[in-house]
This record gives sequence, structure tokens and C-alpha cells, in this order.
Amino acid sequence: MSKFNRRDFLKLTGGVAAMGSIGYSSFAIGGAKKKVVIVGGGIGGATAARYIKMADSSIDVTVIEPNKNYYTCFMSNEVIGGDRSIDSIRFGYDGLKKEGINVVHDTVNNIDANGRMVKTSGGKSFKYDRCIVSPGVAFRWDTIDGYDANVAESIPHAWKAGSQTTTLRNQLKDMRDGGTVIISAPPNPFRCPPGPYERASQIAHYFKQHKPKSKILILDPKEKFSKFGLFTAGWKKHYGYGTENSMIEWVNGGNGGAIEAVDAKNKSVKALVDDFKGDVLNIIPAQKAGTIAHIAGLANDSGWCPVNLQTFESTIHANIHVIGDAAIQSPLPKSGYAANSEAKVCAESVVALLKGEAVPQPSFVNTCYSIIAPNDGISVAMVYDFSDGKINKVKGSGGLTPGYDKTTMEMREREVLYAHSWFKNITKDVFG
Amino acid sequence: MKKKILQGALLSCGVFLGGAAIAATPSATMLANTCFGCHGPNGNSVGPASPTIAGMSKAYFIEAMQEYKSGERPATIMGRIAKGYSEEEFELMAGYFSKQKFFRDKGQKTDSAMVKSGAKLHKKYCEKCHEDNGRSSEDDAGILAGQWMPYLRYTLTDYTSGNREMTKKMKKKVEALQKKEGDKGFEDLMHFYSSQK
Repeated sequence: MSKFNRRDFLKLTGGVAAMGSIGYSSFAIGGAKKKVVIVGGGIGGATAARYIKMADSSIDVTVIEPNKNYYTCFMSNEVIGGDRSIDSIRFGYDGLKKEGINVVHDTVNNIDANGRMVKTSGGKSFKYDRCIVSPGVAFRWDTIDGYDANVAESIPHAWKAGSQTTTLRNQLKDMRDGGTVIISAPPNPFRCPPGPYERASQIAHYFKQHKPKSKILILDPKEKFSKFGLFTAGWKKHYGYGTENSMIEWVNGGNGGAIEAVDAKNKSVKALVDDFKGDVLNIIPAQKAGTIAHIAGLANDSGWCPVNLQTFESTIHANIHVIGDAAIQSPLPKSGYAANSEAKVCAESVVALLKGEAVPQPSFVNTCYSIIAPNDGISVAMVYDFSDGKINKVKGSGGLTPGYDKTTMEMREREVLYAHSWFKNITKDVFG
Repeated sequence: MKKKILQGALLSCGVFLGGAAIAATPSATMLANTCFGCHGPNGNSVGPASPTIAGMSKAYFIEAMQEYKSGERPATIMGRIAKGYSEEEFELMAGYFSKQKFFRDKGQKTDSAMVKSGAKLHKKYCEKCHEDNGRSSEDDAGILAGQWMPYLRYTLTDYTSGNREMTKKMKKKVEALQKKEGDKGFEDLMHFYSSQK
């Protein structure tokens, strides 16, 4: 600002006028530092922060995140099954801070889209040139009677990793052999489509070793789910699925798998046809975009946030971008890898927009691993490009791990090690 | 300062005038960024198995992707990924990763006796093509020195089981090594390469 005098300003505006346009107001005023405020320090938010800073260190980047630590949802099923410690999925923000990113632990309670201002419940205000909202998911508590945020403390959804992951793990440890765990899977769309079924696998793996008389009942409003054939074949191979002694039973929507109510006291759930009683309940409710997306008016009637799929700028509010699970980003799934991939595309776009340059051509990848048993990993992958305003699956690419008849157990075991490699590498990429 | 602002202003005009002009192919950085989730930032994997792809020669990278795409090279997931890209995109990604530095010091545990034996076997059987103790990535040789051991093991398994085709000269050496040293010889070699810093 100080080096910029009035004559320079006149030269600049003159130059712009000659080009037949007027300059960006946010851009041209004295060359002040551009400010990007990122709401949410999860996979999308933290990635976006790092990639903006890497692309242009002169941009002032602030991440506002209520929690001091982030627990990754991916690999949290291994914590629930007992093969992994909760500490191994915990990440702090020192890496971001070291790179010159401001990290503020506070809760955003409003975004003034016209005034370009983010406000927190701690009473602070943050002005921005561009805002990136990456709030993850919120739960539709109104969809299941008797189940809300308070009840979820004792009957966990564990669909945001952290204390509820530990709660569920401890409940499984305390459960008697011969007990039943009920997993209520959510309707589409929801975070981590293969997640409930990997969770059932991991719990079955634990029971097989320590509580072999125990059962897992999955109540599902859906008729099919992600990696359906691979999971059910895996359950058959490892956990007796389809036999009388199966550790896992799956009740689909057509057979009354959708639940209506939870009785916390009796540990029972009321489904469409029957009531079911369990020893441990894991209720994963229907989902929508994270709370702040609704407060800021970024979501539409679907409960999710419509965006321009090249820049991830909201189609409702200019200068605010929405990434990760909260965005309507189909055909990209609501996965950690997709959030990381979207964040990089969004970061490059934001930097280009702040500089007044053309926005880049996106490229996306998604890779989702699931671990059925310690020696049996599966994956789904896809490469995506962008044209005519849409994200497209690149024809011929992607798909699933082959079934047992078309691969070997050695390759399945490699996928487990690659899944663990993926976990270590993506978290390095996200948190530094 | 002056110049920078003016440039920016002119470029912002470009946006106004140019509308939604989009390049058909993403930039090398955009493409390469999508690999980091599994292969680590800038292609330096933090393990335990997925390989570091930083520092690979362009030729080796392109050949690997072509072979994954055609199914010639066995893979868990890379066949499905490689099918998503054009030759032009392979070139761009290859250019990006060939310019990145391969970080060798991964802190892998190795057995010193095996490293010593592996060093001798390397000199005898491998050095001719995998120069500089397996550090070099000339033409069609992959970088072995400092690579993740499980990945080296998978690769060797694919070669020795016949799932992945070896060049004639490699086949000769591998078979000779197997005959003379057995599986222990391969293990020693892997310890040697993994120990390289």
C-alpha cells in the first residue's frame, strides 16, 4: 500500500479503461494482500489452504476450525475393529501453521456474502476476497424418532471420527459374546458410500477373533450399496455370509431395512416391518451439508450445495466456494479422496480468480479402499475430466477390484498395504 | 510493485473478454496433483508400500503408464487409473515427475548382513543397467535405491512368477541369480536397495 501512490493508481485505472473494462475492485485497491478464508479444517479445507499457499505465498490464508485435532473418518473403521489406534487417525494443524497459514480455532456462525465477511461465535470477523466452505456433513435428526445429537453420545453414529469412534469401540469391547450389533445404514447420498459395509467387515473381523458367537445386523433403506458384490463375496469368504452361522446379516429396504425410531433405553430400533433389539447400536442417520452451509444460504432444497463444477464457486453466492461432502459434485463421490481432489482444483481456481487469470482446466481422481479382512483389501477408482460445465467419468477408466475368481489373495493383500499407503500419503498431502 | 499490479489488471481484463475459454488438456501440475493421494506430495511416498514416483525418467514413466493401460503390466489399481489418460497427458505427468527429487532416506529397517550381501549381488547381476547402486533412472530403468521394500518385493514377485515380462537381458540375470542364490538372493538385494540413502 505504502509504495503505491495516486499517480500509479491513475495509470492503472487508465490502462484498464483502455482495455474496455474496469478492474476488479477487490483486486486493484492498492495491491493489498488477497485474503482467503476457509471454513472447516477437514480434508477439503486443509488441502485447499495448503495448495493456495503453495501456489501463491502472498495470499493471506486463514482456516477457521472448531477442533484442535482432526480425526480422519477413513481408517476409523479399523479403530472400531481394534486393529488401529485412535491416535493414528488424529492430525493437528502445526503443519499448516508452519507453512504460514493462519489457523483459528473457533466456530463460524455466519457468512455475510455481500459484505464478504465470516463471523465466528467467538465474536471475531474475517474479511475475505474469496471464501471456501468445507463443512462436511450434518445429520438429519428429524428422520429418526428418538435419535438426536444427545442420544448419539451414548448410541454413537461414529460417522464423524473422534470421541464417538472410541465410544463405539469400547461398547464392542464390553459386549458379551453372543451379542448383536445393529448398524443402521443411511439413505443416499451420504459421506463414504462403502463405509457402513467396511465397518460391518471390521466388526466381524473383531468378533471372529474374540467373540465368535456374536452377530452384526445391518438395517438398510437401500436395495444395493457401494462395492456390493465385493463386500458380500468377502463376507461369504471370511464371515460365513449366506449361511446359518453368518456373522453378518443385511436387511435391505424391500425387506423393511429402513428404521423409523430408536428406543435408547431398551436399545431397540423400530424398522418398517419389525422391531430389533441389539446389545450395541450404531445409528448412522441421513445426511445433508454441514450446518454453516445452511446458515449461509449455500444449500438448496436437496440439503446440499450447488456449485460451478470447474471452480466450485457457489451458484447461489458469488465469491464463496463449497468443496467436499457438502457440495453437489456428482459424479464425484462424497469421499476423502474426492474432497482432496476437489480442493486442489478449487485452490488453483481461487488463485487464478484472485489474479484475474483464466481458471484452469480441472482433472480429478477418486480412489476408495475398503478393508474386508487384514489380508483382503478392495478398491474403487475413477478418473474424471471436465467439459461443458460438467464433471465426467473418463470412459474406460476406473472400476472395482476384480472378484476372487479373477484375482489372487496375494493381490488382495497388496491392496491392504496400498490402502495403508494411501492413508499415510493423503494425510501427508492434507495436513503437511 | 507497479508492474505486478498492471499485469494483474490486464489479466483480469482477459477474463472479462475471454469468457469461458478452456484449454482441452489440464496442466501438468493439475494432472500430477491427483496422484499425490497415493504416491505422496510431489510423488514422494511416505509408504509403507506405494512407490515413490518422483525422479522417474520420462521414458520409464510413460512406458509404465502405457503398460498399465494396456494391461501388459500387472497391477492392483494402476490399470484402472492409467486408462483415464491420453498419451499427451502421460507426457505431461512424466515431465512433472521427472523434475521432482526422489527422497531416499525413508528410514526403512534393513539387515546389515543382508545389505552387504545384496551389494555384492547388485554389482554382479544388476549394476550394468541399474547404475549407481540403483539410483539412476536412465531410459527404461526404474529407480531402485531408496524405494519402499514391499513395492520392490511385489515387483520382483511379478517378474519371477512370469506375470510381468522381463527384457531379455534382465531375464538372463534374474534367472542366473535365482539359480545360484535362491530367494535369499532377492531378499538381500531388496535390503541393499532399501538401505540406499
